[in-house]
Amino acid sequence: MGIEFDFGAVLGQWPLLVRGVLWTLGLTAIATVIGMVVGVACAWSRASGPAWLRWLVGSYVELIRNTPFIVQLFFIFFGLPAAGFKLSPEVASVIAMVMNLGAYATEIIRAGIEATPRGQIEAAVSLALNKVQVFLRVVLPPAMKKVWPAMVSQIIIVMLGSAVCSQISTEELSYAANLIQSRNFRAFEAFIIATVIYLALSVGARRLLNWAGPKYFFGR
Amino acid sequence: MTDFSLWDILRNLLLALRWTVVLSLIAFVGGGVVGGLLLFARLSGGPVADRLIGLYVQVFQGTPLLMQLFLAYFGIALFGVDVSAWTAASVALTLYTSAFLTEIWRGCVASIPKGQWEASGSLALRFGEQMRHVILPQATRIAVAPTVGFLVQVIKGTALASVIGFIELTKAGSMISNATFKPFVVFSCVALLYFVLCFPVSLYAKNLERKINVARR
Repeated sequence: MGIEFDFGAVLGQWPLLVRGVLWTLGLTAIATVIGMVVGVACAWSRASGPAWLRWLVGSYVELIRNTPFIVQLFFIFFGLPAAGFKLSPEVASVIAMVMNLGAYATEIIRAGIEATPRGQIEAAVSLALNKVQVFLRVVLPPAMKKVWPAMVSQIIIVMLGSAVCSQISTEELSYAANLIQSRNFRAFEAFIIATVIYLALSVGARRLLNWAGPKYFFGR
Repeated sequence: MTDFSLWDILRNLLLALRWTVVLSLIAFVGGGVVGGLLLFARLSGGPVADRLIGLYVQVFQGTPLLMQLFLAYFGIALFGVDVSAWTAASVALTLYTSAFLTEIWRGCVASIPKGQWEASGSLALRFGEQMRHVILPQATRIAVAPTVGFLVQVIKGTALASVIGFIELTKAGSMISNATFKPFVVFSCVALLYFVLCFPVSLYAKNLERKINVARR
């Protein structure tokens, strides 16, 4: 019994794959930017917000971290319309990815904030910086620098997790692979190629972010 | 049309929760065994084994679990074997878990000071004896917390098996949602059940971690 592979049949559909890659990267980029803002805001609330807010953010983080991404996605896409919020697959995907990354980013950034030496905050306060200035200019930049590698790993995990968004028919890479295999029945080849592309994307994104982070985002 | 009460929904979800638990255990135990073997191969096999297993880890950590499931499902079928969702999900999740666990454990072994290896080596202990009497007892203590923590990832990972038709909690949720037209209630219950399953494990892992850090300080 011989197994024959026909990768050409899949690669011939390259425009679909390219479109899929662009969607995957686009969704990830949007989710990363908004998710990190959410993470910073929540980390600040958890470190120095009022008690009720700390409790609220803590619940959000634990709720997201202890449920599967696919369930969060289904809840947003299938569950929320029943409660009156109708969303397109793409918007639902972005919201789910932002919520997901936001929760993990909160924990990661919080660890960085907690590692700030007390003396630095006291020094900043003695220079008459207000609370917001101290946080944004003194505490946050070194904290981000410290936790950046962990952050990059989490961004990659979210990018790989976005493969699940094909299940609500967001047209990203795994959706493209599925579409191709439904046209030519070359399922194994289609998914091998998609997997290799995902691997290349995760290696490339990790390199890029690890290089660009210290160079452009937090200076010095 | 019959009307479904909340209890009907919850009862059926609880029945499906069994399979989430069973699949998690298969993946965790299977992944632990494979991960352990890989760890030994990596520590004793020289640079080639180290490279190869490093690549194995990178491939599984750098690709979506969903793709791994699809590949297991369609890949095993290529050999003319009739694959059930059970087989495909167990194989994919076991390999996925093994890659993460072997990497976690390697880190734990690497954190044992080099002097321990050298001292035990100078006492003429062979590799197996070094591992058994000197390295593993110390490494296990460090490894317990992150290993338990990873169990949460495995449980959440089993949710993806729903995509290849494995009827566990998430798949049952989709089916019940289609039958009852109550997606909001159903998926809230599904999320709640996952939370009830995962949160105690997370707390336990966090607790273990704290204990170990206290002992080390």
